[in-house]
Amino acid sequence: MDFLRPGSWAEALEAKAALPDAVPIAGGTDVMVEINFDHRRPPALLDLNRVAELAEWSERDGRVRLGAGVPYARIIAELGDRLPGLAMASRTVGSPQIRNRGTVGGNLGAASPAGDSHPVLLATDADVEVASTRGVRMVPAVEFYRGVKRNALEPDELVAAVHLDVARGPQQFAKVGTRNAMVIAVCAFGLALHPDRGRVGTGIGSAAPTPRRATEAEEFLAAELADTGLWESRGPLAESVRRRFGELVARAASPIDDVRATAAYRRHALSVLARRTLGWVWDQYREGGWSACA
Amino acid sequence: MTQRTSPGHRVRELTTAVSGGIGESPVRPDGTLKVRGEFAYSSDLWHEDMLWGATLRSPHPYARILAVDITEAVRMPGVYAVMTHEDVPGANIYGLEHADQPVLAVDVVRYQGEPVALVAADHPETAQRAAKRIRVEYEVLDPVTDMVAAAKGEGPALHPDGNVVRYLRIRKGEVEATADVMVVGEYEVGMQDQAFLGPESGLAVPAEDGGVDLYVATQWLHVDQRQVAHALGLPLEKVRLTLAGVGGAFGGREDLSMQVHACMLALRTGRPVKMVYNREESFFGHVHRHPAKIYYEHGATRDGDLVYVRAKIYLDGGAYASSTPAVVANAATLGAGPYKVDNVAIDCWGVYTNNPPCGAMRGFGAVQAAFGYESQMDRLAERLGMDPVEFRMRNAIAEGDTMPTGQRIDSPAPVAELLRRVRDLPLPPERRGRVDIRELPGGVSNTTHGEGVVRGVGYGVGIKNICFSEGFDDYSTARLRLQVIGGEPTAMIHTAAAEVGQGLVTVKQQIVRTELGVERVTVHPMDTSVGNGGSTSASRQTYVTGGAVRKACHTVRDRVLRMAAHRLGVPQEGLSLAGGKVVDARGAALADLAEVLGEEVVEATEEYRHRPTYRVDAERGQGDAHVQYGFAAHRAVVDVDVELGLVRVVQLDCAQDVGRAINPQAVLGQIHGGSAQGLGLAVMEEIQVVGGKVRNPSFTDYLIPTILDMPPMTVDVLELADPHAPYGLRGVGEPPTISSTPAIVAAIRAATGRALHRVPVRPEHITGT
Ligand SMILES: Cc1cc2nc3c(=O)[nH]c(=O)nc-3n(C[C@H](O)[C@H](O)[C@H](O)COP(=O)(O)OP(=O)(O)OC[C@H]3O[C@@H](n4cnc5c(N)ncnc54)[C@H](O)[C@@H]3O)c2cc1C
Repeated sequence: MDFLRPGSWAEALEAKAALPDAVPIAGGTDVMVEINFDHRRPPALLDLNRVAELAEWSERDGRVRLGAGVPYARIIAELGDRLPGLAMASRTVGSPQIRNRGTVGGNLGAASPAGDSHPVLLATDADVEVASTRGVRMVPAVEFYRGVKRNALEPDELVAAVHLDVARGPQQFAKVGTRNAMVIAVCAFGLALHPDRGRVGTGIGSAAPTPRRATEAEEFLAAELADTGLWESRGPLAESVRRRFGELVARAASPIDDVRATAAYRRHALSVLARRTLGWVWDQYREGGWSACA
Repeated sequence: MTQRTSPGHRVRELTTAVSGGIGESPVRPDGTLKVRGEFAYSSDLWHEDMLWGATLRSPHPYARILAVDITEAVRMPGVYAVMTHEDVPGANIYGLEHADQPVLAVDVVRYQGEPVALVAADHPETAQRAAKRIRVEYEVLDPVTDMVAAAKGEGPALHPDGNVVRYLRIRKGEVEATADVMVVGEYEVGMQDQAFLGPESGLAVPAEDGGVDLYVATQWLHVDQRQVAHALGLPLEKVRLTLAGVGGAFGGREDLSMQVHACMLALRTGRPVKMVYNREESFFGHVHRHPAKIYYEHGATRDGDLVYVRAKIYLDGGAYASSTPAVVANAATLGAGPYKVDNVAIDCWGVYTNNPPCGAMRGFGAVQAAFGYESQMDRLAERLGMDPVEFRMRNAIAEGDTMPTGQRIDSPAPVAELLRRVRDLPLPPERRGRVDIRELPGGVSNTTHGEGVVRGVGYGVGIKNICFSEGFDDYSTARLRLQVIGGEPTAMIHTAAAEVGQGLVTVKQQIVRTELGVERVTVHPMDTSVGNGGSTSASRQTYVTGGAVRKACHTVRDRVLRMAAHRLGVPQEGLSLAGGKVVDARGAALADLAEVLGEEVVEATEEYRHRPTYRVDAERGQGDAHVQYGFAAHRAVVDVDVELGLVRVVQLDCAQDVGRAINPQAVLGQIHGGSAQGLGLAVMEEIQVVGGKVRNPSFTDYLIPTILDMPPMTVDVLELADPHAPYGLRGVGEPPTISSTPAIVAAIRAATGRALHRVPVRPEHITGT
């Protein structure tokens, strides 16, 4: 197995173009598990750890460009205020060791339905910046997940960064697992209110072949908030609305029975998570200084 | 005397002039290395020129082997040997209690993961790849997977004598007894794994005399030696074992794993051969805890006195017998729990199926039964309108009472006292206002901010036999050498008893310090050049090997005092050793021990046996089967998110009688660890098996508790001496595992109102979805 260590982004893209079978390695928390178990034996590893710009983030015009190689620990420490949903999701990933190494770029590369960053990327309408020697393109998160552990990357492409708006409304992330730490999601849910756009964003994890949005639930809630003038009045949200929202989220999932849980449980748990997180974001919205432009 | 201690707090008590004797908690000789990550475990072994072994295992739970073709594997560059059952030099059959398991499968495989062929190569990956190139043609058969059907004799016989490994019947008093109030319950225990962190591993080095030296992580060197020699067709003295660094055991290393395989490859190639299982292979490489199906019927008077206990207990031993007979004995003889009851009828079956083989795991037999009888005790209390602790205390067994086997309990059995103590410990404060989410079910996964969270409290108490039972010749051997090194009297203690992390190395040093008044005690590596130390299981090593060490100390001390008396011209009567001196009856120092010893080396080897036990009779299961009983009680406080079915154990307190805390810190370590393992069984740990196949052979999906799952504990240690045991001590390691599980489940029931008849409790059981 060859071990390629490009020193710059341009070199990394060239290496990937020259050897499309080379497997990128960032934190290695997915790649090394597969190699150690001999589940995968790539002809070459493409180590991205020397590409300094991958581990940087910047903010411009209310949007954060988060380098694919920024580890979860730094997202939690440095971006909790700008990207609260992603920071919450990051906090639930693995253990301190994993959070020190693991990255959102790696999560996207693996594209597991159980990856914890995905529900938040969906709920916040993030874009994935994808690059190759042929150029750069922006893929909306919702178009990035293509199947179980399959993503929209072409063989010569790498993830450069993800772009997310600085939160202009409250965000929440919640994940069910059968242990109180270090656990793969049985199901997960991300929720973001975008009062400036009158939009509600959702993301479901671990309850379908890919991470997915609960579109009907989003539309139901956005319409409900608009029709009743709640965006402006910031009045209390009826229990019936929260329940209905929970039901619609559960309905958007297509879970399976597996070793971690039954499909029925996943649906049930999603409805509870959706109902609860809605309660929390709405409370935050009512208390917080978020502005509504609707 | 009692010690109320919490983690980290240690109790000191000086018993001798030298420090680090019994009753203290000296630093472990291997402690610093382990904490720093510098301790050499068996997987770290290395030898110049060594080859790596790999095992080809059956993918099927039950199949006939039609053909094995090794051609392609042999041809691979770097491969030195490929071996099948035809190459087993001695008897291709072994087993702990029954020899029923082939070293390599012959014409049938009986479980998924059964070893079929071996490879030695110059690189571990080459060995793995070569193993995959061995072609095995199978005729897949329908596996036997239902333990109750197997007990009834349904389905094909997997072994010549049928599928019942052992059936045991206990009868006391009236079989047809009736009572005012009765409860019937059905319970199920899932398959728990020891989940030790150091995978099976070892190094076999061929020797010039045609024998082999094996360095291996095991729980019992001599029983390995006997089985390995038999399979290799070698006399015992040509198979020499040395204990390598053991990364946990919990029963999972009592049976052989790679021992014979590595030796076969080493003898065949003439090169040292190392084998290390990876985590996935480890799940197939050792036995697990027996899953159980248990049917109980309990009857009591309206006043709350137990009248009868009837039970049918089924234990799934999987493909090979392993320790199943002993597991059956424990479940049956302890099946009524630590309670006084005049009428008992228990029937217990341990069976063969094509599920993964099950054998020893911490508290075996007693763990499964306790989940059943403690669940029943709670239900009875509820039916009677009694407090569950009061009801248990009212029926608690005590010294002088008789067990369902007719055995009289002839040492302290403070069951009621243990319950009273855990009940009277302060409860954690109620949650108020905003709580840190890390303290709620789900933790940072952020599933609740308090919604749906209900608190529950539950109790459990258990009983375990300590040491080997039923007439087993259970002994240990200790060799002690005392001499002056560098001007200081120095003792070296040598046993074959396996240190698996529990701290026996420290205990041996402590005993020698106390008995000989010598500060400097070194521990000889554990190997088979000294006599049998018995198994590191059944909570027995401090008792039995501790007893042997003490006995060797006494022999050495007598010889030294005889020398001293002779030298000093005083009668030996009244002389003793303390603080590196020979002292007289008044405690006055007469001479330095170093002076008395001079150039002499005083050495003694002693065996220690606990009092005999007996097999129970076949008709009514009566007899003095056990040496000693251990008891622990737990109180669990849990927060349950009743909508999501997520559980957080908020507090888990334990009271246990240990007779005498030889090393108080190690005692606490055992109680913390045992309680955590019981917590694992209560809420998360299960090897899921469907159609004989394991669905979750990895730590991704076989979950064990993390530090955020295990709550702080208050531990109340009682020391009520057992007059029959060395220093009055009582085995510590298993009882806390037994009572922690039912206490936690009782607390979850209290919070949710759910019946919960199965462990581990899954979220779906709580939410009903
Ligand atoms: C003990 C443990 C616990 C875990 N717990 C969680 C958890 O709770 N939640 C969770 O979501 N995940 C978890 N994981 C999985 C893993 O940590 C995450 O998926 C993490 O985000 C992977 O990031 P990484 O940088 O380590 O990726 P790597 O392992 O380096 O790479 C993962 C994949 O992405 C590809 N890749 C990496 N960088 C790029 C790039 N820039 N462009 C294109 N492809 C790329 C790689 O080729 C590979 O296919 C856990 C893993 C372990 C070992």
